[in-house]
This record gives sequence, C-alpha cells and structure tokens, in this order.
Amino acid sequence: MDTTQNQRDWTSHPPLIAPGYKSTIFRGPSQNLITVPELMKPSSGPIFGLESVAPLDHDLTKNGIKNGEPLGERIVVSGRVLNQHGQPLKNTLIEVWQANAAGRYVHKRDQHHAPLDPNFFGAGRCVTNEEGIFKFYTIKPGAYPWGNHPNAWRPNHIHFSVFGPNIGTRLVTQMYFPGDPLLDYDPIYLAVPEKARERLISSFDMGLTEEGFALGYQFDIVLRGHHSTPFENE
Amino acid sequence: MNKLGQTPSQTVGPYFAYGLTPEQYKFDHTSLATPVLLDARKNSQDAIILRGKVYDLHGEAVDDAMIEIWQVDQEGKFQIKPHQGFFSIGRMGTGTIEGNWFEFTTCIPAAEKQGQAPAIHMIVFMRGLLSHVYTRVYFEDFKELNQEDPYLKLVTEERRSTLIAQKVQESPVTIYEFNLHMQGENETVFFDY
Ligand SMILES: [Fe+3]
Repeated sequence: MDTTQNQRDWTSHPPLIAPGYKSTIFRGPSQNLITVPELMKPSSGPIFGLESVAPLDHDLTKNGIKNGEPLGERIVVSGRVLNQHGQPLKNTLIEVWQANAAGRYVHKRDQHHAPLDPNFFGAGRCVTNEEGIFKFYTIKPGAYPWGNHPNAWRPNHIHFSVFGPNIGTRLVTQMYFPGDPLLDYDPIYLAVPEKARERLISSFDMGLTEEGFALGYQFDIVLRGHHSTPFENE
Repeated sequence: MNKLGQTPSQTVGPYFAYGLTPEQYKFDHTSLATPVLLDARKNSQDAIILRGKVYDLHGEAVDDAMIEIWQVDQEGKFQIKPHQGFFSIGRMGTGTIEGNWFEFTTCIPAAEKQGQAPAIHMIVFMRGLLSHVYTRVYFEDFKELNQEDPYLKLVTEERRSTLIAQKVQESPVTIYEFNLHMQGENETVFFDY
C-alpha cells in the first residue's frame, strides 16, 4: 500500500500561523502536530446521504424567502468531489454559507454597514450524487471589509464545509471567483502556498449557466485519501 | 500516475454560526449536528457531559470557535441515522454559553480499535485557524488503558495530560472537563491524521 496517500499535504494547505492574518498569531498551535502512523489512522466514518438534506437546502435563492426574491445576481455552483486519484466521492455532504449580495452576513456579530436582505438567509447544504457531483443555487456574495489591517476587504467567497469518507478527509474551505482583484490583497487566500491557490478559484462556465436564470460557476474539490477509501463502507 | 492536488483548507471565519450550528444560535434553520449526541431521556445512566473552553495565547476563552466531536457509540459503531437515541457527530460553537463554554451531552464511547483506550475525536475550527486541527479526548478513569493507548504513546509524558478529560462532577450527571490551549505553557497536543 502506498502509505503516503492519506497525509494532509502541507505544501497545499496554509500554515497554522501566517502572520499576515493576524489572529493566527495567537490562535494557531505553535508546536508541531503529532504525525499518526498510517495503520493507526481512522479509516471509516459516518456517511451522510440524501436523507441529510431537505428539499430546499440546495437552493439559497429560495430557502430564505419571506416576502419576495432575494436581491443580487443568481448563480449556480456545481462541481465534483474527487479523491486524489480522480475518483468521484458520492454521498459527500457539503454545507455552504456566505454573505448576501451586499457583503453582509445574517450573523448577529456582523457589524458591516451594508443592508441585510430579508429574503436571503445565506446557508444551505447538498450531497454529491453517484458521480460525485454537487450543485446548488445562490446569489453571488458581495465583498466585505474586515479589521485585519487598514482598508482590508475580503474577496467574494462562499464558505464550504465538506465531509469525506473519514475524519482525515474533513475539509473547511472557501470558494473564490475568477478575476477578483481583491485576491491579491487577501491574507487568508495568500496564506495558501502559491502553487495551490488557484484550486480555490471557481471558473465561469457557460455550459452550467441557465438561460434567463443564473450564471454558472464550476468548482471541483479534491479530498485526500487512499483510493480504496470510498468503497470501504459499502 | 499524477495525483490531483488537495483542495487547500481555509478558515471557518467568524460567521459560521448560522451555516453550521444554526439551531444553537437560534437561527431559523435546522442543524445537521447539535451539542446533543445522546438522548439522555432514553439513556440516562450512560449520559455524560463533556465541556471545556478554548484558550488563545493570552489565556482568553475564545468565543467564536466551533468544536466538532466524532465518536463511535458504546458498541463501537458510527451512527448517523440516529440509532437508539445516539448520533455520532456533535457540533457546538463557543458563543452561546456565558464564559464561552462548549458543552456536549454524550456517552463514553467504546474503544475504536483493539488496544486503544476510549476516546472522542475532536476537531477545532475558528477564526484565526487556517486549517482545522485534530485532538483526542481521553478520560481520566481509564488509567491502565490510557497507559497502553497507541496515540497517547506518541506523545511525550509531560504533554499527555493535555489529552485527558478530568471528572469534575459525579452526580446527578457526570461532567468531564477538557480545556484546549491553542498556545502557551499547556498547549494542547494536536494530531495530524
Ligand atoms: Fe466570509
């Protein structure tokens, strides 16, 4: 067995302390993580299926409606969840949350002086199908300011939380949009090693675009894991 | 064969609450996982409370961390379709109980593999953490099993105590406390699976 395949590849992930992103300095562990030998690693975990999602969970343009349509540019985001061998991972739960079109979260602590949208909640979930494909509808999120440094703005992004087949494949990440000028200034994005950064940028996809309704963006997610992992629990 | 590159991790940020733990934060949306793994009405003798705080370098209890726990049940199985009142994944943000506690209602799991001591997997996410980190919660009652546990053996003697939950109350319900120190003198041991 290739024993290197399950490792978290630290040449792809941001470090735990990245001084440009200030709060990492006192929140990221300073000591080395303890490497667990391959054979000791947990190889299975709970599998979520379609029963984990309600009918409107994948449609953020509808799941927050109170009295009308949410404001902003409707988009459809779709992609495949794969392991590092390119094999699709089915029954993979994806949770998303994001700011509204004006760059405002419904979270009580978000003090950004931009309007809330009474018809947009900004959170949802979906599960990948047999081909590892997921798809959800939402509104393109706006950029928002934050306090990390003077004139700091987060690029447009959607937060993703992904469950793979075991605890080692757990991933929380952010999807960005192509051509966003704020990416060059964002310490959270820039903390990712350069060669891996573009994996976080979705691509505009005319083929996904739905006529008269929503612009399409493609975003594939690659989880680590040995290629036998997805079949272990069948 | 060229392997595909892993999708990089990014911080969960400060606004995860309504996306990942909406019921706890009283948003109008269902939660996939909650702080209650074990339905204590059905399993009252087995119920324990596991609580703790997440301290940063300055010793401040963090109020926007999300703690996720994964554990097998008392038979050693992951349960995701709630089975006999048990669900294997718990989630809690540290922003709703004064003092910034996380607090789970659960049970002590079976050992996941032979030769291991009972332990709960814990994953820490928060603003200021670009990649989540994993730790393991052991229980002080299992002194002998803990001594032989292969994970604890990977850790130097003086840091092992950061992985042992302490029993702080016996009845009416058993409470274990497990505090996380992200940095500083008692920095918690984190594993890389
Ligand atoms: Fe954000």
